[in-house]
Amino acid sequence: MQKREFWDRFRRNRLAMCGLALVAGMFAVALLAPWLAPYDPNLIELKEVLMPPSGAHLLGTDTLGRDVLSRVIYGSRISLLVGFVAVGIATLIGVLVGSLSGYYRGWVDQVCMRLVDVMLCFPVFFLILAVIAFLGPSIWNIMVIIGLTGWMGVARLVRAEFLSLREREFVAAARSLGASDARLICRHLLPNALTPVMVSATLGVAGAILTESALSFLGLGVQPPTPSWGNILTMGKDNIEIAWWLSVFPGLAILVTVMSYNLLGEGIREAIDPRLKE
Amino acid sequence: MWLYLAKRLLFMFPMLLGITIISFTVIHMAPGTPVELQTTMNPKASLEAQKRLIELYGLDKPIHVQYWDWLKRLAFLDFGRSFSPDRRPVWDKIKERIGITLGLNIMTLFIILSCAIPIGVIASVKPHSWFDKGTTLFVFFGFSMPSFWLALLLIMFFGVYLDWLPISGLTSLTFSQFTFWQKMQDLVAHVTLPILGAALLGLASMSRYMRGSMLEVIRQDYITTARAKGLPEGAVIFKHALRNALLPVITMLGLSVPGLIGGSVIFETIFAIPGMGQLFYGAVMARDYPVVMAELVIVAFLTLLGNLLADVSYALVDPRIRTG
Repeated sequence: MQKREFWDRFRRNRLAMCGLALVAGMFAVALLAPWLAPYDPNLIELKEVLMPPSGAHLLGTDTLGRDVLSRVIYGSRISLLVGFVAVGIATLIGVLVGSLSGYYRGWVDQVCMRLVDVMLCFPVFFLILAVIAFLGPSIWNIMVIIGLTGWMGVARLVRAEFLSLREREFVAAARSLGASDARLICRHLLPNALTPVMVSATLGVAGAILTESALSFLGLGVQPPTPSWGNILTMGKDNIEIAWWLSVFPGLAILVTVMSYNLLGEGIREAIDPRLKE
Repeated sequence: MWLYLAKRLLFMFPMLLGITIISFTVIHMAPGTPVELQTTMNPKASLEAQKRLIELYGLDKPIHVQYWDWLKRLAFLDFGRSFSPDRRPVWDKIKERIGITLGLNIMTLFIILSCAIPIGVIASVKPHSWFDKGTTLFVFFGFSMPSFWLALLLIMFFGVYLDWLPISGLTSLTFSQFTFWQKMQDLVAHVTLPILGAALLGLASMSRYMRGSMLEVIRQDYITTARAKGLPEGAVIFKHALRNALLPVITMLGLSVPGLIGGSVIFETIFAIPGMGQLFYGAVMARDYPVVMAELVIVAFLTLLGNLLADVSYALVDPRIRTG
């Protein structure tokens, strides 16, 4: 796969470029949060409780008089962090399990794939809820548990790639030159199996952000006063009859972010394999 | 066919066993015990009382002994007694709720299927038409929409702004005084929003799969043959293409069960529906181990059952699976 060719195809896909731009924008917002936010996200202003959107507070204020826009801006940091760390953990485990499975085959493969089958039948969201409730909600616990329950797809992808790659001539050539198993896996097989992993990781970020916001919404995620899109929405739910802005804007932020990662992921997939574009 | 079914049924046991081992270990390895949670809040509880509770719950035994005891009782569908102050048998608690959650999810699945199939077929028969583009847009939103936000928006629009539908619970307060028809009306009004929310999200992915599967089939040689021998287009699409295109969709349906049930936690919490999701949320917060374990097992069982039903109907529709 030529990098040049990939980029040319990717660039022509308008939706994918849109996704890329939005993802870049989100990164910028998260990094520049202290400069972009008009107020301190934790500044309590009891005289300005539950103000609807206005010139002073573009997205209104919450039940403690905190500026919603500033909280949404700072909330993007949480989403970004959880998305990337959780997917990083999942990808690492998936690549490890998948390459061992696909390279050694035999009983290693049997054990790994049965484990994947069991995990895929797992009521994952239930397990995540239970573990977080027992370990105590913290952002680290959330990232680790989302990662630990999300590696199965990657493992299957990498295994499938390895099974076909290991029969290829360049692998036989490397082996006959005396390359060790570790060298074969890391230097010859893995780099050739990474493209589908990239797609699944990008889509995985979207999924992890959705899961984190659902957990925070249920009160089992990032704990107030740290702002996260999910926990602003909890407040929105409690005040749904009087403060629509508390529910609308953080949800919109989640929707746009998740959608931009989905667009980016689909774009990469189509640029790798143009036949997929019907 | 029977052999196939028997094999699939047998295969469920090791899967369930694996799931129970993982859940049991994870849950019991977590630091802190339910006893601490119940006694630290209560200054009157002495150390002795704590010890009594621990013995009562069997938490003093090594974990593999606890697991074995639990597994033995599971064989008789005995999930033990809840740790909550009412100490009711777990199975009784679940029995009164499982119907609600299952009913809601089956209705949701039914709505998803009855909309996704026509949408997928129309979109694939005329790709790139305005209908196809419209549904593609809808699908992109559906994929990225957080379920709880959709629920909030539905509440805000239909419940608060239009004030058409109730936004919480399964029945009104005066339910017992209603006539039969009023009761039916009341129930339908209460379940409309939760079902609508879950169905809209499921619909997005399912109609996408239906479309992709139809496009794949329409390209096949036998469809060209059917057309070439002069069959009317309707017969080609509905008899030849649709039946084959439904196969992968059936599998997807089985795989969508865990997602739907996972969604129940969120929808039941938001709409205050007394189902299994709400029970689970409460149990997790109170560290009610027996209820948590029972729910994990039942949900895993339902997932496996969903996959099994999908595979069996696959085999019924496609003879190649049965014999091969």
